[in-house]
Amino acid sequence: MQAIEADSLVVRLGKRNAVNGLSLRLGHGVHGLLGPNGAGKTTLIRTLATVQSPTAGTLSLLGTPANGRLKAVRRKLGYLPQHFGYYKRFKVREFVEYLAWLKEMPSARIPGAVHTALERVGLTDRAEDRMKSLSGGMVRRVGIAQAIVNDPEVLLLDEPTVGLDPAQRLRFRELVAELGRDSCVLISTHLVEDVAAACTDVVLVNEGSLMFQGTPADLATAGTAQHVGDSPIERGYSALISANSAGGAW
Amino acid sequence: MTAHHPSEQLLHRYSRGDDDIPADQLWGVESHLESCAPCRGRLAPDPTAQAVWTNLEPLLDRTPQMSRARARWRVHGWVSPAAGPWLAMILLVTAAAVALDRVGFVVGERVSLVVLIAPALPVLGVAASWGRSLDPAHEVTAATPRAGLPLVLRRTVAVLAVVVPGLAAAGVLTGVGFVRWLLPCLAFTVGTLALGTLIGVTRAAVVLIAAWALVIVAPTIAFSRMAVALDPAAAPVWAGLLVAGLAVLAARRMAFARLEVNR
Repeated sequence: MQAIEADSLVVRLGKRNAVNGLSLRLGHGVHGLLGPNGAGKTTLIRTLATVQSPTAGTLSLLGTPANGRLKAVRRKLGYLPQHFGYYKRFKVREFVEYLAWLKEMPSARIPGAVHTALERVGLTDRAEDRMKSLSGGMVRRVGIAQAIVNDPEVLLLDEPTVGLDPAQRLRFRELVAELGRDSCVLISTHLVEDVAAACTDVVLVNEGSLMFQGTPADLATAGTAQHVGDSPIERGYSALISANSAGGAW
Repeated sequence: MTAHHPSEQLLHRYSRGDDDIPADQLWGVESHLESCAPCRGRLAPDPTAQAVWTNLEPLLDRTPQMSRARARWRVHGWVSPAAGPWLAMILLVTAAAVALDRVGFVVGERVSLVVLIAPALPVLGVAASWGRSLDPAHEVTAATPRAGLPLVLRRTVAVLAVVVPGLAAAGVLTGVGFVRWLLPCLAFTVGTLALGTLIGVTRAAVVLIAAWALVIVAPTIAFSRMAVALDPAAAPVWAGLLVAGLAVLAARRMAFARLEVNR
């Protein structure tokens, strides 16, 4: 059993298929989800997070079909949406505690779990501050803390490194490497270097379809000196995207 | 520092915390342990300490920690964290309607403002509790196991717990019988949720408030006469709508687990 098993997944948004017949299998480890803007990364992550229902195809998470009763699966899920909204008046600790309550964690375990989660994102000293007093990078770290507070077996992070400074990005890579050891972590990003440094596996999507799945090294071999990019993996990325898209360089 | 591993007996005395170990030996053991993992491994837990810990642990679990903090999620287990300002606004609007009524402002043929605002008030509260536009954390909430009809109903009960006593007080002060406001108020609350499962709660709230304003409020003002719907005789119709709304809600309850309902 893989943590995430999607078969011929279709998600229709308005008149177009944001996810178009995508099949994907992901087990333990840190998986980087790459793709140009509008490739369907966010819709795919939302669907895997069970907040968006697929139009067609099947999805199973941790061996359970993700339709009908979702409670059991959601208890083992961590999700950071691309647009992470929060309550400004809440203290950092209160906000993460509230999310832990929403995740149906036993009350007795919540204070300890919240403390650990805030420690892991380096926000212990800001725990009693109001959410509205935080910088963008700190808000993002609270977002990561709420996602990991229930020790999820499937962790879905949509653009988690936006707003993090270089030192925080390095710390974040260490954290996901640690989390990926015994859970399935999927990180959507547009920063190819994040994937090269932090991920054991790359998933490349374009126009709602799976383009490539393999190691960062495999991705790097797809590129040649002619392709755009500052690193082998960036050149591999642009080689695969330009080969499969009718549009121009953008 | 690995040349002289401390004896079993010395290690045991050290781990037990004996205070009669000569200072030089104590210092030697301590600095040796810092650099020698196998010896740290030999530091078996003392049976007495272990026994004390085993007895203490369940008690620690039961001892309330951060009790002040718990209050917040207890409250927000019912009231949506986004709804606070809206609930305050609902009470202010109710008070304003009473005040206008008391100074003699009535619409058309003695139609109190209290009757005209009653159905719209809970709709606002529900939209604030489960709508995308008013609840900033709707997406993280939607992915949690508690997201779904039970949580929506808790939040709706919290809204009604503010709206209904407010309107009841307003009814007493203005002499408007409860039959005339309670059923439309409840029917619109359930209607917002039922329609919300089809088009999203925010859109349902907009549609219902617009419909109320166009079909009931505007003609009442324009023609200066009471709409049939506001007559106590219309109560069975409102009751019917309420039951229909509850039936839709029961049939489509699974929809609340998804993000589409927040639209």
